[in-house]
Amino acid sequence: MTTTAEPTTTEIGKSRVRKEDARLIAGRSRYTDSITPPGTLHIAVVRTTLARATITSIDKSEAEKSPGVHGVYTAADLGAEAVGMPCAWPVTPDQKAPQRPVLGIGRVSFSGEGVAVVVARSMAEAKDAAELVEVDYDPQDAILDMEAASKDGADLVHPDLGTNVSATWQFDSKAMGTGDSVDDAIKEAESDPDSIVVRRRFRQQRLIPAFMEPRSCVVDPTGEQITIWSATQVPHILRTMTTVTLGIPESKLRVIAPDVGGGFGGKIGVLPEEMLCVLLAQKLGKPVKWTETRSESMLTAHHGRDQIQDLTITAKKDGTITGLDVHLLADMGSYLGLVGPGVPILGAFMFNAIYKIPALKFTCSNVFTNKTLTDAYRGAGRPEATFGIERMMDELAVELGRDPMELREQNWISHEEFPFTTVAGLTYDTGNYEQATARAMELFDYAGLRREQEERKRSGDPVQLGIGISTFTEMCGLAPSRVLGSLDYGAGGWEAASIRMLATGKVEVITGASAHGQGHETAFSQIVADQLGVPFEDVEILHGDTQVSPKGLDTYGSRSLVVGGIAIVNAAEKVVAKAKKIAAHLLEASEDDLEFANGTFTVKGTDKGKAIQEIAFATFMAHDYPEDMEPSLDSDAVFDPENFSYPHGTHLAAMEVDTDTGRVTLRNYVCVDDIGNVINPLIVEGQVHGGLAQGIAQALFEEANYDEQGTLVNATFVDYTIPSAADLPSFTTESMSTAATSNKLGVKGVGEAGTIASTPAIVNGVLDAIRHLGVTEIEMPTTSQRVWRALQVAKGGNPMETPSDTHSPGAGLGSIDPNNPKGEVL
Amino acid sequence: MIPAKFDYVRPTSVEEAVTALRDGGEDAKILAGGQSLLPVLRLRMAAPSVVIDLGGIPELRRIAEDGDRIAIGAMAAHHDVMRDDLVKQHVSLLGQATETVADPQVRHRGTLGGALAHADPAGDLGAAALALDAEFVILGADGTRVVPAAEFFTDYFTTAIGEAEILTQIRFPKYTGWKTHYEKFNRTAQAWSMVAIAVALKVDGGTISEARIGLTNMGSTPIRATGVEQALVGQAAGKDVAKAAAEHVTEGTHAPSDADAAADYREHLAKVLTGRAVLTAVG
Repeated sequence: MTTTAEPTTTEIGKSRVRKEDARLIAGRSRYTDSITPPGTLHIAVVRTTLARATITSIDKSEAEKSPGVHGVYTAADLGAEAVGMPCAWPVTPDQKAPQRPVLGIGRVSFSGEGVAVVVARSMAEAKDAAELVEVDYDPQDAILDMEAASKDGADLVHPDLGTNVSATWQFDSKAMGTGDSVDDAIKEAESDPDSIVVRRRFRQQRLIPAFMEPRSCVVDPTGEQITIWSATQVPHILRTMTTVTLGIPESKLRVIAPDVGGGFGGKIGVLPEEMLCVLLAQKLGKPVKWTETRSESMLTAHHGRDQIQDLTITAKKDGTITGLDVHLLADMGSYLGLVGPGVPILGAFMFNAIYKIPALKFTCSNVFTNKTLTDAYRGAGRPEATFGIERMMDELAVELGRDPMELREQNWISHEEFPFTTVAGLTYDTGNYEQATARAMELFDYAGLRREQEERKRSGDPVQLGIGISTFTEMCGLAPSRVLGSLDYGAGGWEAASIRMLATGKVEVITGASAHGQGHETAFSQIVADQLGVPFEDVEILHGDTQVSPKGLDTYGSRSLVVGGIAIVNAAEKVVAKAKKIAAHLLEASEDDLEFANGTFTVKGTDKGKAIQEIAFATFMAHDYPEDMEPSLDSDAVFDPENFSYPHGTHLAAMEVDTDTGRVTLRNYVCVDDIGNVINPLIVEGQVHGGLAQGIAQALFEEANYDEQGTLVNATFVDYTIPSAADLPSFTTESMSTAATSNKLGVKGVGEAGTIASTPAIVNGVLDAIRHLGVTEIEMPTTSQRVWRALQVAKGGNPMETPSDTHSPGAGLGSIDPNNPKGEVL
Repeated sequence: MIPAKFDYVRPTSVEEAVTALRDGGEDAKILAGGQSLLPVLRLRMAAPSVVIDLGGIPELRRIAEDGDRIAIGAMAAHHDVMRDDLVKQHVSLLGQATETVADPQVRHRGTLGGALAHADPAGDLGAAALALDAEFVILGADGTRVVPAAEFFTDYFTTAIGEAEILTQIRFPKYTGWKTHYEKFNRTAQAWSMVAIAVALKVDGGTISEARIGLTNMGSTPIRATGVEQALVGQAAGKDVAKAAAEHVTEGTHAPSDADAAADYREHLAKVLTGRAVLTAVG
């Protein structure tokens, strides 16, 4: 670690229990829905259940007469027909971006889209009245299959656009000068008997971010500034985007993200409901509140993933990879999210992963369908890419008859080769894949498990064992502003910090990062305590309120520590530099003769010294300070990184497959991650565990299922199966450190690593267990039914399943309708 | 949670409850532990005029020995049922099935009577009650009647409980010393059963002398697997016998098809799980 003041590192590296937890666990938290200014009105959004329809009439009269109702409004009633929700990432100059209205105007394009809003004295009255709004529709067949939708002549989600393809974005290493031609590599491999071409299609199913706190927004228009409380990851972006969307001057807006209960990317959007609250609060002159239900959240909050990946890898028969061609179709849903179009594009830089691939081509088409829109979800583009390449490495190993780990090692960047500029044009600063892999294999007992696997194969054990590998890296710490500019992203990637030294020696740190469960208050306090040599308890972290923290770009993409944390370090260095001047003045010494350690400036070779708290007090009193400076230690910093950070790791999964039932069991999971220097090992462990659970859930449990009408059929937690602790083993996690050279703390991001790495490890493991039985592919999630059916097909059985009846009762809450228990179609 | 408006009463005796139910008319709804009713109210799939909360009637929570039977109050929480010594000793199959219901929070709130009256075919307790020939004590304005398990479950979410009637008690014959097991297959640990098999066997000297087997989620109601029972009785409890008997498990079933499992897969699972359940029961 390098800082000018050489602080003592008594706090960094300590597993401090999180400051935030006592408050959150004991229920003393303050979420948006807990905030109700006097006179608050409540809104309920009237939502369509149809995926695609023309609105023929809206009858508000019964609802308007309902008790407690202040008004019922459509977009037209609010004069909001011209308001369009923002998309900040035009990935191509000709990207097709339909206007997304705050409420459907004349038509609806996905099930759950709002068509009207009820304002009432209480939430209950608003909900009751919402049921009385009669909307008549002329339904049309929903467009649900992204591949069919992308073809010429397809029925159109937005007829005025003339196509369902929003944009096609391409990266070609030959054209960019970062590598060879993939087309040539494929041609050569096809005509070379010593080469091999492997083509595969993978599906990234649609997932629901499933944050714990539903979204909520309160807008109070009664002050000089309009105050917006929102359960958002991005209060600063929300403020700017509210200005962009509604034209309210930014200086007239104050946005507060109070305690926010999780996001995982799902709270990165700017919402129609947020804009509705602002419009209604302005119109009615009263505070307005919206809080969604869980099912509303699952239907309408943006989803994640949803790609079809067509991949071609070429290699010499000795295992040397020569090229990778990537064709993606990415389902945008019915509109473009705030950064949705760029999410799959982030994968372009990650498909080559840790491997020395000489030629890369990446082509991605973003497609509209009549589904909920997709946008960032933990990992955002990188899990999809990592899945693709890590599955391909296993497929190549199978085709070549090689051990999959050995094949990876043959192709990966060795630790002597860093810094390494990849075929995608990124420069990986540090890493040591050999070390992480060796340690993971040792913890896992790789050789022992391979022996057990052989034994089970030989004995025909009904429970087969597979070993799943994922040797991942990712780019995080979004992001260098210049890089974002080159990708046409609608913002920079810097982060801001300020430090205020209070008169009594306590410290307030203001960060533009916006925590929603990460533990920033704890980790940032540890950093500042070391930088300034003050007690951990004396540091307060302030965030999430544009009046307190006016400048920031918020929290996503594993950026808070590697970008926001460095801004804090820079601000602390400025505080120390100012304090040093005043200390020198008070100690009547030259600055050069002072040293700073453990929070005290001392004159070298003497016992004369002053603590930073004393300097803070003297500065506050301002009775005696140098003439060439202001009496203040307070400092600001904005840090714009020059590079991403590149955590990496080796993840190994022991998968058991019960061939009689198809049941997949994760028996053991080991990962060794290099995330650079670690500020708080306990928080890191928590991030890794949670990340693993989410990534494993994609492989085994989760999928947003739509029926043929375009209705999301599993919009409750009974039917959308997220795992609990009871479904997961105790993970073995370790971290190792090759310090990042791209930032002063030597840190790398950790928030998304577990999610990015784990999904392919699980699927590779499932296939490894039953590949010898003839199974070559199973779509995610690899449910017991899918595994069993794949085994039947491999045995020559009937691939056709009994048609599924979504109205079949008894499978969960979504199917229970006491008024129509047999599910008759009415 | 914001359900549609309803009136709420909390009677302190079963007689009061029956009166309230009669007065409430056809849109009145009984609230037991609320683990099925509240989600349905939350989603506004039901809009009862009045909710009658049985939580204020302590006698409905009692678990007691009643001659040659174990009588369990309809409002006994799952948690209390599975921890009860009488249940463990005499009705172990019910305890084993109850342990698999959802998660600890649900098991502290949810009740035996509530689950059985709700009659979700994916619920775990119906198969055990059916296999064990439980008796359902039902109170109405005209007094008490007793319905055998075989007549209690009539269709999806439908039972023999009539309008203005309340299930007050479930009585189980004693199966002291029987070998029992509930084999449940679900997508996640806390999910409903995709298929489950409830097995109780009387084994004398290595030979199965009586067999009682109930199936969860293989039709619109819990189903008794009589074919399997007959194939087991008189046989030595072993792997081949279990496997052969399990082949009969789909007889008389109408396995549903849904996103988790199509009918053919359910039928296959039922066979595999029956074999396993029998073997696990005999130990």
